[in-house]
Amino acid sequence: MPDSHSTGPSVAFDAVTKRYRGGAVAVDDVSLEIAGGAFVALVGSSGSGKSTLLKMINRLIVPSAGLVRIDGTDVAEGAAPALRRRIGYVFQNIGLFPHMTVGENVAIGLRLAGGRDTAARVAALLDLVDLPQAFAVRMPDALSGGQRQRVGVARALATAPGLLLLDEPFGALDPVTRDQLGTAVRALHDRLGLTTIMVTHDMAEALILADRVLVMDAGRIVADATPQALLAGQGGAVADALVAVPREQARRLRALEEGA
Amino acid sequence: MSPFLEAMTRVPPLLAAHLLLAAAALALGLAISLPLAIWSARRPGVARVALAFASLVQTIPSLALLALFYPLLLFVSGLVGGGIPALGFLPSLLALTLYALLPILRNGVTGLAGIDPAVIEAADGIGMTAWQKLRLVEAPLVAPVLMAGVRTAAVWTIGAATLSTTVGQPSLGDLIFAGLQTQNWALVLAGCVSAAGLALAVDALLGLIERGIATRRRGRVYGAGAVLLLGVLAALAPLAVPRSPTIVIGAKNFSEQYILARVIGHRLEQAGYRVEYREGLGSAVIYGALSSGPIDVYVDYAGTLWTNAMRRSDTPARPAMVAAIGAWSAQTSGVRLLGALGFENAYAFAMRGEAARAKGIVSLDDLARAAPGLTLGSDLEFLERPEWAAVQRAYPIRFAATHAYSPTFMYRALESGQVDVISAFSSDGRIAAEHLTVLTDPRRAIPGYDAILLLAPKRAKDARLVAALKPLVGRIPVASMREANYLVDRDRGKVSPEDAARWLERRLGL
Repeated sequence: MPDSHSTGPSVAFDAVTKRYRGGAVAVDDVSLEIAGGAFVALVGSSGSGKSTLLKMINRLIVPSAGLVRIDGTDVAEGAAPALRRRIGYVFQNIGLFPHMTVGENVAIGLRLAGGRDTAARVAALLDLVDLPQAFAVRMPDALSGGQRQRVGVARALATAPGLLLLDEPFGALDPVTRDQLGTAVRALHDRLGLTTIMVTHDMAEALILADRVLVMDAGRIVADATPQALLAGQGGAVADALVAVPREQARRLRALEEGA
Repeated sequence: MSPFLEAMTRVPPLLAAHLLLAAAALALGLAISLPLAIWSARRPGVARVALAFASLVQTIPSLALLALFYPLLLFVSGLVGGGIPALGFLPSLLALTLYALLPILRNGVTGLAGIDPAVIEAADGIGMTAWQKLRLVEAPLVAPVLMAGVRTAAVWTIGAATLSTTVGQPSLGDLIFAGLQTQNWALVLAGCVSAAGLALAVDALLGLIERGIATRRRGRVYGAGAVLLLGVLAALAPLAVPRSPTIVIGAKNFSEQYILARVIGHRLEQAGYRVEYREGLGSAVIYGALSSGPIDVYVDYAGTLWTNAMRRSDTPARPAMVAAIGAWSAQTSGVRLLGALGFENAYAFAMRGEAARAKGIVSLDDLARAAPGLTLGSDLEFLERPEWAAVQRAYPIRFAATHAYSPTFMYRALESGQVDVISAFSSDGRIAAEHLTVLTDPRRAIPGYDAILLLAPKRAKDARLVAALKPLVGRIPVASMREANYLVDRDRGKVSPEDAARWLERRLGL
């Protein structure tokens, strides 16, 4: 685990485009820089290209044009598995290996790197995501959805990556679990000095957790601002429409409280 | 000892051969279909072609598939200048391997396609290489589905392996075919029970492995695997013991052949040879088996070689024909014709005695006149044989209908009146016993069928072997052969070919 003084790597997109066969453009000429240690949220509606943009960082998707760089190095250099082992990846469907125990799932990255005695490390990782150590011997199907995603986060952090990619990580969870896990991930980000990039369609979550919010629409970045700036209406029309939803909900809740 | 228990004493060596054949076919099937399944799962085009081919193979009857490998391997052997056996283990292995492909391939492809895409995304996201993904994720997840396919393949292979008897590979089918032919139901039962028992045992062990994988119990997987391995090793053990030279005696699939094979075997054993029997070979392959090596000696019939292998349609006198066959076989393949045994087993047309008398039929000329109102019952190959074509050329015979039977059932059909005429064999004991009339052949359309003793090229100069068998030449009159045949072929009080052979030896003073 990196100590709290080090920070994760920077990530840069340089004129990145993803065009699918048949002509559909998922990501349209995106250029931007993400500083090491930042917590960035990528927000947009379904089909806006946010997941595609994220997956081009760990080469699950290959860009049609342009470059992605991590700490200045083109990700296309070298073998994809080697790149991915340096990057934590958590996604909505979790994808725990159903034939392995929780402990084996968490330790899989260490095993790929040749690690043998992983028990202590697994225990530490389960502590990190607030799961009892006894869970190590359980099978994934004996866990609740929230517990499974905590295992997913522990698995992603096992090899102490500096960069954490989250693709709608809490999308399938109930609101209480979602809130707890979001807070937990933000705490891990701060404690481990990670660079974290999170895709979400939930603007409230983005505003609360991230330092910087990118709004995507039709493959382009249409807003790039701090949460405070977005709330102040400086993000443009698409961003304003997304911010309006949680703001309106908050207003109604307050009105209910005051009326009572 | 009960007939069934006696028949069971013949099981162990055949069971071992059966198990080895099925295990080899299954192993080869796995070696081919596993990589093919992985490739198919990655490329839908490959999956279409591979599954279509495997399905096509399944539509070929297994007996035909086995038989097809004989000409195919002969052809390939000819291309590379010989040395590839066209009979025995190799064609059986190849045919059964093809049979094992489909269930393994289909379950493998289905299993790989059914893995949760999220799991694959996680494996990629975590940084697994393609090989690590296969080994750590895909293989364990697909294993239970795949094992179900392996179980199906194992049961199919063990069942179909009984048919390898027809191409000269020893298997439990030896008992089934010999028993069906001689109506020795104890033998059939012993073969069936053993084959079914083997299939059930292997299926149960593979099932244990399947559940062991699914429930992550390594002990169970390794335990059942060890039992399977031990079984194969036990079957292999006899092969490791050096054996004294063995003479393999071939026989076609009817009682007379089984009896004569035993008579030959007894004489060779007296001369100090170890002998082994390869029974139930088809007429079409047995001469090839002799000239190419799998068998060392067998009895064939002059007319069979004359019309089939030599493709002759003339009908010279019997001694001239035997001499011509001897010259031909020595020249073309080095096979030695040791001599004629003294009796003929010719194709003959036979009718129930009283029916023939009532219709006034004594010759094929008479039959040709009456044929439009009669039904012919034949054995399974007669209608395709050149003898039938020759008869049709010489006599304008057109039957109202024709039916093909296995020999035993052909006599039943004649007896019950389902057919009026049958293609009988002149040395068959049932002709005299059932008072059948054999029709004469005034135009000599059917050639002579002297039983002739043939030796493989590698035994042709074996003086001790020749000395042991020479006394059989000219020694067996047709009446004795008929009686011996009838001992096996009759319904009540039948004896085994082994006992009939002993009876014949005593009768002839051998």
